[in-house]
Amino acid sequence: MIVAEAKPIEEVLAMIDRYDKIILAGCKECVAVCAAGGEKEVQLLASALRTARKTAGREIEIREVTLERQCDPEYVEGIRGFAGDYQAILSIACGVGVQYMAEHYKTIPALPGLNTSFMGGSLEQGVWSERCQGCGSCVLHLTGGICPITRCSKSLLNGPCGGSAQGKCEVDPEIECGWQLIIDRLKALGEFEARFVELFPVRDWSTSRDGGQRKIVREDLKQ
Amino acid sequence: MKTESRLEKILDKGAFAVTSECGPPRGADPDVIREKGKLLKGVVDAANITDCQTSVVRMSSFASCLILKEMGFDPILQMVTRDRNRIAIQSDILGAAALGINNMLCLSGDHQRFGDHPQAKNVYDIDSIQLIMTVKKMRDEGKFLNDEELTKPPKLFIGAAANPFADPFEIRALRLAKKVAAGVQFIQTQCIFNLDRFAEWMRQVVDMGLHERVAILGGVTPLKSVGMGKYMKNLVPGMDVPDAIIERLKGVEKEKQSAEGIKICIESIQRLREMEGVRGVHIMAIEWEEKVKEIAEGAGLLPRPKV
Repeated sequence: MIVAEAKPIEEVLAMIDRYDKIILAGCKECVAVCAAGGEKEVQLLASALRTARKTAGREIEIREVTLERQCDPEYVEGIRGFAGDYQAILSIACGVGVQYMAEHYKTIPALPGLNTSFMGGSLEQGVWSERCQGCGSCVLHLTGGICPITRCSKSLLNGPCGGSAQGKCEVDPEIECGWQLIIDRLKALGEFEARFVELFPVRDWSTSRDGGQRKIVREDLKQ
Repeated sequence: MKTESRLEKILDKGAFAVTSECGPPRGADPDVIREKGKLLKGVVDAANITDCQTSVVRMSSFASCLILKEMGFDPILQMVTRDRNRIAIQSDILGAAALGINNMLCLSGDHQRFGDHPQAKNVYDIDSIQLIMTVKKMRDEGKFLNDEELTKPPKLFIGAAANPFADPFEIRALRLAKKVAAGVQFIQTQCIFNLDRFAEWMRQVVDMGLHERVAILGGVTPLKSVGMGKYMKNLVPGMDVPDAIIERLKGVEKEKQSAEGIKICIESIQRLREMEGVRGVHIMAIEWEEKVKEIAEGAGLLPRPKV
Protein backbone atom coordinates (compact mmCIF):
# COMPACT_ATOMS: atom_id res chain seq x y z
CA MET A 1 0.00 0.00 0.00
CA ILE A 2 0.88 3.65 -0.14
CA VAL A 3 2.07 4.70 3.30
CA ALA A 4 1.67 8.28 4.45
CA GLU A 5 1.87 10.25 7.66
CA ALA A 6 0.18 13.36 8.94
CA LYS A 7 1.83 16.71 8.42
CA PRO A 8 2.49 18.63 11.64
CA ILE A 9 -0.71 20.42 12.63
CA GLU A 10 1.07 23.81 12.61
CA GLU A 11 1.86 23.29 8.93
CA VAL A 12 -1.77 22.41 8.17
CA LEU A 13 -3.04 25.41 10.16
CA ALA A 14 -0.72 27.72 8.21
CA MET A 15 -2.01 26.21 4.95
CA ILE A 16 -5.64 26.88 5.81
CA ASP A 17 -5.02 30.15 7.60
CA ARG A 18 -6.84 32.32 5.07
CA TYR A 19 -9.92 30.11 4.84
CA ASP A 20 -12.92 29.87 7.15
CA LYS A 21 -14.91 27.23 5.27
CA ILE A 22 -13.18 24.06 4.02
CA ILE A 23 -13.82 20.45 3.10
CA LEU A 24 -11.63 17.89 4.88
CA ALA A 25 -11.52 14.81 2.69
CA GLY A 26 -10.24 11.40 3.76
CA CYS A 27 -9.89 8.19 1.75
CA LYS A 28 -10.91 4.64 2.67
CA GLU A 29 -8.00 2.94 0.88
CA CYS A 30 -4.27 2.79 1.75
CA VAL A 31 -4.17 5.86 3.99
CA ALA A 32 -7.03 4.44 6.07
CA VAL A 33 -5.12 1.18 6.52
CA CYS A 34 -1.99 3.03 7.63
CA ALA A 35 -4.06 5.17 9.99
CA ALA A 36 -3.19 8.49 8.39
CA GLY A 37 -6.20 9.53 6.33
CA GLY A 38 -9.25 7.35 6.95
CA GLU A 39 -12.60 8.25 8.47
CA LYS A 40 -11.23 8.26 12.01
CA GLU A 41 -8.33 10.53 11.13
CA VAL A 42 -10.73 12.92 9.39
CA GLN A 43 -12.71 13.25 12.62
CA LEU A 44 -9.60 13.71 14.76
CA LEU A 45 -8.00 16.27 12.47
CA ALA A 46 -11.24 18.23 12.00
CA SER A 47 -11.71 18.42 15.73
CA ALA A 48 -8.09 19.52 16.32
CA LEU A 49 -8.30 22.19 13.61
CA ARG A 50 -11.61 23.54 14.95
CA THR A 51 -10.23 23.75 18.48
CA ALA A 52 -7.04 25.48 17.35
CA ARG A 53 -8.93 28.03 15.28
CA LYS A 54 -11.45 28.63 18.06
CA THR A 55 -8.62 29.27 20.49
CA ALA A 56 -7.13 31.70 17.97
CA GLY A 57 -10.48 33.49 17.87
CA ARG A 58 -11.15 32.65 14.21
CA GLU A 59 -13.57 29.77 13.98
CA ILE A 60 -13.56 27.56 10.90
CA GLU A 61 -16.34 25.51 9.32
CA ILE A 62 -15.14 22.09 8.26
CA ARG A 63 -17.19 19.65 6.23
CA GLU A 64 -15.95 16.12 6.87
CA VAL A 65 -16.08 13.56 4.09
CA THR A 66 -14.31 10.24 3.53
CA LEU A 67 -14.38 8.93 -0.02
CA GLU A 68 -14.17 5.30 -1.06
CA ARG A 69 -11.09 6.24 -3.11
CA GLN A 70 -9.58 9.59 -4.00
CA CYS A 71 -7.68 8.08 -6.92
CA ASP A 72 -10.85 7.29 -8.85
CA PRO A 73 -12.78 9.97 -10.83
CA GLU A 74 -16.12 8.37 -9.95
CA TYR A 75 -15.67 8.87 -6.20
CA VAL A 76 -13.90 12.21 -6.48
CA GLU A 77 -16.98 13.48 -8.31
CA GLY A 78 -19.01 12.48 -5.26
CA ILE A 79 -18.49 15.89 -3.61
CA ARG A 80 -19.44 17.85 -6.75
CA GLY A 81 -22.83 18.82 -5.28
CA PHE A 82 -21.41 20.92 -2.44
CA ALA A 83 -17.72 21.51 -3.28
CA GLY A 84 -18.48 24.95 -4.71
CA ASP A 85 -19.73 26.12 -1.32
CA TYR A 86 -16.23 25.82 0.19
CA GLN A 87 -13.02 27.80 -0.16
CA ALA A 88 -10.57 24.89 -0.14
CA ILE A 89 -10.31 21.11 -0.03
CA LEU A 90 -7.88 19.75 2.54
CA SER A 91 -7.19 16.18 1.42
CA ILE A 92 -5.71 13.59 3.73
CA ALA A 93 -5.41 11.02 0.97
CA CYS A 94 -2.03 10.30 -0.62
CA GLY A 95 -0.54 12.72 -3.14
CA VAL A 96 -2.61 11.08 -5.87
CA GLY A 97 -5.83 11.99 -4.07
CA VAL A 98 -4.81 15.62 -3.56
CA GLN A 99 -4.00 15.92 -7.26
CA TYR A 100 -7.27 14.26 -8.32
CA MET A 101 -9.11 16.84 -6.24
CA ALA A 102 -7.13 19.62 -7.94
CA GLU A 103 -7.82 18.18 -11.38
CA HIS A 104 -11.55 17.79 -10.78
CA TYR A 105 -12.26 21.06 -8.93
CA LYS A 106 -10.38 23.56 -11.01
CA THR A 107 -11.22 26.71 -9.07
CA ILE A 108 -10.90 25.32 -5.55
CA PRO A 109 -7.45 25.00 -3.95
CA ALA A 110 -6.51 21.39 -3.02
CA LEU A 111 -4.21 21.19 0.01
CA PRO A 112 -2.18 18.19 1.26
CA GLY A 113 -2.75 17.21 4.89
CA LEU A 114 -0.34 14.27 4.69
CA ASN A 115 3.18 13.59 3.57
CA THR A 116 3.00 10.61 1.20
CA SER A 117 6.01 8.54 2.12
CA PHE A 118 6.44 5.23 0.35
CA MET A 119 5.04 1.96 -0.94
CA GLY A 120 5.34 -0.58 1.78
CA GLY A 121 3.60 -2.70 4.34
CA SER A 122 3.09 -3.00 8.06
CA LEU A 123 5.61 -4.81 10.24
CA GLU A 124 3.58 -4.64 13.43
CA GLN A 125 0.89 -2.42 14.91
CA GLY A 126 1.96 1.16 14.23
CA VAL A 127 5.08 0.32 12.21
CA TRP A 128 5.35 0.47 8.43
CA SER A 129 8.34 -0.17 6.21
CA GLU A 130 9.22 0.59 2.60
CA ARG A 131 9.43 -2.24 0.07
CA CYS A 132 9.04 -0.91 -3.47
CA GLN A 133 10.14 2.15 -5.43
CA GLY A 134 8.00 1.45 -8.48
CA CYS A 135 11.05 1.38 -10.79
CA GLY A 136 8.97 -0.25 -13.52
CA SER A 137 11.30 -3.18 -14.19
CA CYS A 138 11.16 -5.73 -11.40
CA VAL A 139 14.28 -7.79 -10.60
CA LEU A 140 12.99 -9.61 -7.52
CA HIS A 141 13.34 -13.01 -9.23
CA LEU A 142 17.11 -12.39 -9.39
CA THR A 143 17.60 -11.11 -5.86
CA GLY A 144 15.79 -13.64 -3.73
CA GLY A 145 12.60 -11.62 -3.53
CA ILE A 146 14.30 -8.70 -1.76
CA CYS A 147 14.58 -5.43 -3.65
CA PRO A 148 18.12 -4.01 -3.95
CA ILE A 149 16.81 -0.73 -5.29
CA THR A 150 14.66 -0.12 -2.24
CA ARG A 151 16.50 -1.96 0.49
CA CYS A 152 20.07 -0.90 -0.35
CA SER A 153 20.55 2.76 0.56
CA LYS A 154 22.66 3.20 -2.56
CA SER A 155 20.47 0.97 -4.77
CA LEU A 156 23.55 -1.08 -5.62
CA LEU A 157 22.96 -4.01 -7.93
CA ASN A 158 26.19 -5.97 -7.55
CA GLY A 159 26.45 -6.69 -3.86
CA PRO A 160 27.01 -4.83 -0.61
CA CYS A 161 29.26 -1.79 -0.36
CA GLY A 162 32.09 -1.54 2.16
CA GLY A 163 29.79 -0.02 4.74
CA SER A 164 27.81 -3.15 5.62
CA ALA A 165 28.49 -4.09 9.23
CA GLN A 166 26.87 -6.90 11.21
CA GLY A 167 23.89 -6.91 8.91
CA LYS A 168 23.30 -3.18 9.21
CA CYS A 169 23.60 -0.34 6.74
CA GLU A 170 26.27 2.34 7.10
CA VAL A 171 23.58 4.99 6.81
CA ASP A 172 21.86 4.07 10.06
CA PRO A 173 22.26 1.10 12.42
CA GLU A 174 18.44 0.89 12.46
CA ILE A 175 18.44 0.07 8.73
CA GLU A 176 19.16 -3.50 7.71
CA CYS A 177 21.74 -3.97 4.96
CA GLY A 178 19.63 -4.90 1.94
CA TRP A 179 22.43 -6.96 0.46
CA GLN A 180 22.95 -8.93 3.65
CA LEU A 181 19.25 -9.82 3.44
CA ILE A 182 19.58 -10.75 -0.23
CA ILE A 183 22.65 -12.92 0.41
CA ASP A 184 21.02 -14.72 3.35
CA ARG A 185 17.90 -15.32 1.32
CA LEU A 186 19.78 -16.55 -1.79
CA LYS A 187 21.67 -18.97 0.45
CA ALA A 188 18.44 -20.24 1.98
CA LEU A 189 17.12 -20.81 -1.54
CA GLY A 190 20.33 -22.51 -2.66
CA GLU A 191 20.76 -19.86 -5.35
CA PHE A 192 23.68 -17.91 -3.92
CA GLU A 193 26.49 -19.42 -5.98
CA ALA A 194 24.60 -18.99 -9.23
CA ARG A 195 23.20 -15.52 -8.63
CA PHE A 196 25.78 -13.56 -6.67
CA VAL A 197 28.76 -14.00 -8.98
CA GLU A 198 26.81 -12.91 -12.02
CA LEU A 199 27.51 -9.32 -13.04
CA PHE A 200 24.43 -7.15 -13.04
CA PRO A 201 24.73 -4.91 -16.11
CA VAL A 202 24.02 -1.19 -16.19
CA ARG A 203 20.29 -0.77 -15.78
CA ASP A 204 17.70 0.92 -17.95
CA TRP A 205 16.05 3.46 -15.65
CA SER A 206 13.71 4.78 -18.33
CA THR A 207 10.91 2.64 -16.88
CA SER A 208 11.40 4.47 -13.59
CA ARG A 209 10.47 8.07 -12.78
CA ASP A 210 13.47 9.06 -14.90
CA GLY A 211 11.49 8.38 -18.08
CA GLY A 212 8.97 11.09 -17.22
CA GLN A 213 5.45 10.69 -15.87
CA ARG A 214 4.35 7.12 -16.40
CA LYS A 215 1.09 5.86 -17.78
CA ILE A 216 -0.30 2.38 -18.39
CA VAL A 217 -2.88 1.84 -21.11
CA ARG A 218 -4.68 -1.50 -21.19
CA GLU A 219 -6.42 -1.71 -24.53
CA ASP A 220 -8.25 -4.85 -23.40
CA LEU A 221 -9.93 -2.92 -20.61
CA LYS A 222 -10.57 0.39 -22.37
CA GLN A 223 -14.11 1.09 -23.45
CA MET B 1 45.66 -2.61 -23.47
CA LYS B 2 48.66 -0.89 -21.91
CA THR B 3 48.24 2.68 -20.76
CA GLU B 4 50.69 5.46 -20.00
CA SER B 5 50.13 4.90 -16.27
CA ARG B 6 53.29 4.95 -14.20
CA LEU B 7 51.58 2.73 -11.65
CA GLU B 8 50.87 0.14 -14.33
CA LYS B 9 54.51 0.23 -15.42
CA ILE B 10 55.77 -0.17 -11.87
CA LEU B 11 53.47 -3.15 -11.33
CA ASP B 12 54.44 -4.67 -14.68
CA LYS B 13 58.05 -4.44 -13.62
CA GLY B 14 57.23 -6.48 -10.55
CA ALA B 15 58.16 -3.70 -8.15
CA PHE B 16 56.26 -3.27 -4.88
CA ALA B 17 54.12 -0.20 -5.64
CA VAL B 18 53.56 2.76 -3.36
CA THR B 19 50.60 5.07 -3.68
CA SER B 20 49.16 7.69 -1.40
CA GLU B 21 46.39 10.19 -1.48
CA CYS B 22 45.62 13.87 -1.14
CA GLY B 23 42.37 15.19 0.20
CA PRO B 24 41.55 18.38 -1.74
CA PRO B 25 40.70 21.63 0.09
CA ARG B 26 37.29 23.02 0.96
CA GLY B 27 38.08 26.08 -1.08
CA ALA B 28 39.50 27.21 -4.39
CA ASP B 29 43.15 27.46 -3.33
CA PRO B 30 45.35 25.33 -5.63
CA ASP B 31 48.33 25.81 -3.32
CA VAL B 32 46.83 23.39 -0.80
CA ILE B 33 47.20 20.61 -3.38
CA ARG B 34 50.66 21.87 -4.35
CA GLU B 35 51.83 21.82 -0.73
CA LYS B 36 50.54 18.27 -0.25
CA GLY B 37 52.09 17.33 -3.58
CA LYS B 38 55.51 18.58 -2.45
CA LEU B 39 55.34 16.24 0.54
CA LEU B 40 54.71 13.26 -1.71
CA LYS B 41 57.15 14.11 -4.50
CA GLY B 42 59.56 11.25 -5.12
CA VAL B 43 57.89 9.19 -2.40
CA VAL B 44 55.03 7.56 -4.31
CA ASP B 45 54.45 6.07 -7.75
CA ALA B 46 51.01 7.62 -8.04
CA ALA B 47 48.75 9.75 -5.89
CA ASN B 48 45.00 9.52 -5.53
CA ILE B 49 42.82 12.57 -5.27
CA THR B 50 39.70 11.75 -3.31
CA ASP B 51 36.27 12.62 -4.71
CA CYS B 52 34.34 14.49 -2.01
CA GLN B 53 35.26 11.82 0.53
CA THR B 54 32.76 11.25 3.34
CA SER B 55 30.34 13.23 1.13
CA VAL B 56 31.86 16.54 2.17
CA VAL B 57 32.16 19.10 -0.63
CA ARG B 58 35.75 19.73 -1.66
CA MET B 59 37.61 20.83 -4.77
CA SER B 60 36.90 18.32 -7.53
CA SER B 61 39.14 15.31 -7.94
CA PHE B 62 39.48 16.07 -11.66
CA ALA B 63 40.76 19.64 -11.12
CA SER B 64 43.01 18.60 -8.25
CA CYS B 65 44.49 15.79 -10.38
CA LEU B 66 45.48 18.34 -13.00
CA ILE B 67 47.29 20.41 -10.38
CA LEU B 68 49.26 17.32 -9.34
CA LYS B 69 49.87 16.49 -12.99
CA GLU B 70 51.47 19.90 -13.51
CA MET B 71 53.90 18.96 -10.73
CA GLY B 72 54.95 15.80 -12.56
CA PHE B 73 52.74 13.33 -10.71
CA ASP B 74 50.76 10.50 -12.26
CA PRO B 75 47.49 11.18 -10.45
CA ILE B 76 44.74 8.66 -9.79
CA LEU B 77 41.33 10.19 -10.42
CA GLN B 78 38.82 8.92 -7.89
CA MET B 79 35.24 8.91 -9.10
CA VAL B 80 32.13 8.06 -7.10
CA THR B 81 28.79 7.13 -8.64
CA ARG B 82 26.90 8.92 -5.87
CA ASP B 83 27.03 12.31 -7.57
CA ARG B 84 27.00 11.61 -11.30
CA ASN B 85 24.80 9.79 -13.76
CA ARG B 86 26.16 7.88 -16.75
CA ILE B 87 26.11 10.98 -18.93
CA ALA B 88 28.31 12.98 -16.54
CA ILE B 89 30.53 9.98 -15.80
CA GLN B 90 31.33 9.19 -19.43
CA SER B 91 31.86 12.87 -20.13
CA ASP B 92 34.32 13.21 -17.23
CA ILE B 93 36.14 10.04 -18.30
CA LEU B 94 36.75 11.50 -21.75
CA GLY B 95 37.83 14.83 -20.28
CA ALA B 96 40.21 13.21 -17.83
CA ALA B 97 41.84 11.04 -20.49
CA ALA B 98 42.12 14.01 -22.87
CA LEU B 99 44.04 15.98 -20.25
CA GLY B 100 46.51 13.20 -19.55
CA ILE B 101 45.03 11.45 -16.53
CA ASN B 102 46.03 7.80 -16.78
CA ASN B 103 44.43 6.18 -13.74
CA MET B 104 40.94 6.02 -12.39
CA LEU B 105 39.57 4.55 -9.17
CA CYS B 106 35.93 3.45 -9.46
CA LEU B 107 33.87 3.84 -6.30
CA SER B 108 30.26 3.99 -5.22
CA GLY B 109 31.09 6.63 -2.58
CA ASP B 110 30.03 7.22 1.00
CA HIS B 111 26.32 7.89 1.41
CA GLN B 112 25.53 11.60 1.65
CA ARG B 113 24.03 11.03 5.09
CA PHE B 114 27.58 11.34 6.50
CA GLY B 115 28.51 14.51 4.74
CA ASP B 116 27.96 18.23 4.94
CA HIS B 117 24.92 18.15 2.63
CA PRO B 118 22.74 15.33 3.99
CA GLN B 119 19.74 17.00 2.29
CA ALA B 120 21.17 16.16 -1.15
CA LYS B 121 19.66 13.71 -3.63
CA ASN B 122 22.02 10.91 -4.55
CA VAL B 123 22.30 9.54 -8.07
CA TYR B 124 23.50 5.93 -8.15
CA ASP B 125 22.50 5.55 -11.78
CA ILE B 126 25.26 2.90 -11.83
CA ASP B 127 27.24 1.19 -9.08
CA SER B 128 31.02 0.87 -8.64
CA ILE B 129 31.22 -2.44 -10.52
CA GLN B 130 29.19 -1.01 -13.39
CA LEU B 131 31.56 1.98 -13.38
CA ILE B 132 34.48 -0.42 -13.92
CA MET B 133 32.51 -1.99 -16.80
CA THR B 134 31.86 1.47 -18.23
CA VAL B 135 35.52 2.53 -18.29
CA LYS B 136 36.56 -0.82 -19.73
CA LYS B 137 33.93 -0.66 -22.45
CA MET B 138 34.92 2.87 -23.43
CA ARG B 139 38.61 1.98 -23.43
CA ASP B 140 38.65 -1.51 -24.95
CA GLU B 141 35.60 -1.48 -27.21
CA GLY B 142 35.67 2.24 -27.99
CA LYS B 143 31.98 2.41 -27.18
CA PHE B 144 29.69 4.35 -24.89
CA LEU B 145 27.26 2.50 -22.63
CA ASN B 146 24.60 2.85 -25.34
CA ASP B 147 26.90 0.92 -27.74
CA GLU B 148 27.55 3.93 -29.93
CA GLU B 149 31.16 4.32 -31.00
CA LEU B 150 33.30 7.05 -29.52
CA THR B 151 36.04 8.76 -31.51
CA LYS B 152 39.16 8.25 -29.38
CA PRO B 153 39.09 5.71 -26.54
CA PRO B 154 40.24 6.92 -23.10
CA LYS B 155 43.37 5.02 -22.08
CA LEU B 156 42.89 4.58 -18.36
CA PHE B 157 44.41 2.10 -15.91
CA ILE B 158 41.36 0.90 -14.01
CA GLY B 159 41.27 0.65 -10.23
CA ALA B 160 38.73 0.06 -7.51
CA ALA B 161 38.53 -0.33 -3.77
CA ALA B 162 37.94 -3.43 -1.67
CA ASN B 163 37.01 -3.61 1.96
CA PRO B 164 37.98 -6.98 3.47
CA PHE B 165 36.60 -5.82 6.82
CA ALA B 166 33.00 -5.23 5.85
CA ASP B 167 30.27 -7.80 6.30
CA PRO B 168 29.33 -10.37 5.29
CA PHE B 169 32.99 -11.41 5.35
CA GLU B 170 32.48 -14.61 3.37
CA ILE B 171 31.42 -12.74 0.22
CA ARG B 172 34.24 -10.18 0.24
CA ALA B 173 36.57 -12.23 -1.95
CA LEU B 174 33.66 -13.06 -4.25
CA ARG B 175 32.87 -9.39 -4.55
CA LEU B 176 36.48 -8.81 -5.57
CA ALA B 177 36.02 -11.56 -8.16
CA LYS B 178 33.10 -9.60 -9.58
CA LYS B 179 35.26 -6.49 -9.86
CA VAL B 180 37.95 -8.56 -11.60
CA ALA B 181 35.36 -9.98 -14.00
CA ALA B 182 34.21 -6.42 -14.67
CA GLY B 183 37.76 -5.48 -15.69
CA VAL B 184 39.50 -3.92 -12.70
CA GLN B 185 43.32 -3.94 -12.86
CA PHE B 186 44.38 -2.64 -9.46
CA ILE B 187 42.79 -2.57 -6.04
CA GLN B 188 43.47 -0.28 -3.12
CA THR B 189 42.02 -1.78 0.04
CA GLN B 190 40.37 -0.17 3.03
CA CYS B 191 42.81 0.76 5.84
CA ILE B 192 44.22 -2.44 7.30
CA PHE B 193 44.58 -2.54 11.06
CA ASN B 194 43.43 -6.12 11.59
CA LEU B 195 46.21 -7.90 9.73
CA ASP B 196 44.99 -11.37 10.65
CA ARG B 197 41.62 -10.78 9.06
CA PHE B 198 43.28 -9.23 6.03
CA ALA B 199 45.57 -12.26 5.72
CA GLU B 200 42.52 -14.52 5.80
CA TRP B 201 40.90 -12.50 3.00
CA MET B 202 44.14 -12.60 0.99
CA ARG B 203 44.26 -16.37 1.38
CA GLN B 204 40.80 -16.61 -0.17
CA VAL B 205 41.85 -14.19 -2.93
CA VAL B 206 44.95 -16.27 -3.68
CA ASP B 207 42.97 -19.54 -3.56
CA MET B 208 40.66 -18.09 -6.20
CA GLY B 209 43.66 -17.01 -8.29
CA LEU B 210 42.48 -13.41 -8.26
CA HIS B 211 45.91 -12.06 -7.25
CA GLU B 212 47.18 -13.03 -10.68
CA ARG B 213 44.50 -11.04 -12.43
CA VAL B 214 44.51 -7.87 -10.33
CA ALA B 215 47.26 -6.01 -8.45
CA ILE B 216 46.29 -5.64 -4.81
CA LEU B 217 47.66 -2.68 -2.90
CA GLY B 218 47.09 -2.94 0.84
CA GLY B 219 45.76 0.23 2.44
CA VAL B 220 47.45 1.51 5.58
CA THR B 221 46.79 4.54 7.77
CA PRO B 222 49.04 5.79 10.57
CA LEU B 223 47.13 6.52 13.76
CA LYS B 224 48.02 9.85 15.36
CA SER B 225 46.59 9.11 18.78
CA VAL B 226 44.41 6.85 20.90
CA GLY B 227 41.53 9.23 20.10
CA MET B 228 41.94 8.76 16.37
CA GLY B 229 42.08 4.98 16.82
CA LYS B 230 38.84 5.01 18.79
CA TYR B 231 37.21 7.31 16.24
CA MET B 232 38.20 5.02 13.37
CA LYS B 233 37.03 1.97 15.29
CA ASN B 234 33.67 3.32 16.36
CA LEU B 235 32.59 5.95 13.91
CA VAL B 236 34.01 5.18 10.48
CA PRO B 237 31.87 2.70 8.52
CA GLY B 238 33.57 -0.53 7.52
CA MET B 239 36.67 -0.04 9.69
CA ASP B 240 38.16 -2.79 11.88
CA VAL B 241 40.61 -1.49 14.49
CA PRO B 242 41.54 -4.26 16.96
CA ASP B 243 41.67 -3.36 20.65
CA ALA B 244 45.28 -4.53 20.74
CA ILE B 245 46.30 -1.59 18.51
CA ILE B 246 44.52 0.91 20.73
CA GLU B 247 46.05 -0.69 23.83
CA ARG B 248 49.51 -0.44 22.27
CA LEU B 249 49.02 3.30 21.67
CA LYS B 250 47.68 3.72 25.20
CA GLY B 251 50.85 2.07 26.47
CA VAL B 252 53.06 5.01 25.45
CA GLU B 253 53.08 8.61 26.66
CA LYS B 254 50.65 10.91 24.90
CA GLU B 255 53.33 12.87 23.03
CA LYS B 256 54.87 9.64 21.75
CA GLN B 257 51.61 8.14 20.49
CA SER B 258 51.96 9.53 16.96
CA ALA B 259 55.47 8.06 16.67
CA GLU B 260 54.08 4.74 17.88
CA GLY B 261 51.30 5.03 15.29
CA ILE B 262 53.89 5.44 12.55
CA LYS B 263 55.83 2.47 13.90
CA ILE B 264 52.69 0.33 13.77
CA CYS B 265 52.07 1.49 10.21
CA ILE B 266 55.61 0.57 9.12
CA GLU B 267 55.32 -2.86 10.74
CA SER B 268 52.03 -3.40 8.93
CA ILE B 269 53.66 -2.59 5.59
CA GLN B 270 56.46 -5.04 6.35
CA ARG B 271 53.94 -7.77 7.08
CA LEU B 272 51.94 -6.91 3.95
CA ARG B 273 55.08 -7.19 1.82
CA GLU B 274 55.48 -10.76 2.93
CA MET B 275 51.94 -11.78 2.05
CA GLU B 276 51.42 -13.65 -1.18
CA GLY B 277 49.48 -11.60 -3.68
CA VAL B 278 50.07 -8.17 -2.16
CA ARG B 279 51.70 -6.06 -4.88
CA GLY B 280 51.97 -2.72 -3.17
CA VAL B 281 50.82 -0.41 -0.47
CA HIS B 282 48.44 2.54 -0.43
CA ILE B 283 49.39 4.93 2.38
CA MET B 284 46.45 7.02 3.51
CA ALA B 285 47.89 9.53 5.96
CA ILE B 286 44.73 11.48 6.62
CA GLU B 287 45.62 15.20 6.81
CA TRP B 288 49.12 13.99 7.75
CA GLU B 289 50.73 13.84 4.32
CA GLU B 290 54.05 15.04 5.75
CA LYS B 291 54.50 11.60 7.34
CA VAL B 292 54.18 9.55 4.15
CA LYS B 293 57.87 9.95 3.36
CA GLU B 294 58.92 8.87 6.84
CA ILE B 295 56.67 5.81 6.60
CA ALA B 296 57.88 4.86 3.11
CA GLU B 297 61.48 5.35 4.21
CA GLY B 298 60.97 3.38 7.40
CA ALA B 299 59.46 0.53 5.42
CA GLY B 300 62.43 0.49 3.05
CA LEU B 301 60.38 1.57 0.05
CA LEU B 302 62.60 4.48 -1.03
CA PRO B 303 63.92 5.46 -3.45
CA ARG B 304 61.13 4.62 -5.87
CA PRO B 305 62.18 2.76 -9.00
CA LYS B 306 62.41 4.71 -12.27
CA VAL B 307 60.16 3.68 -15.14
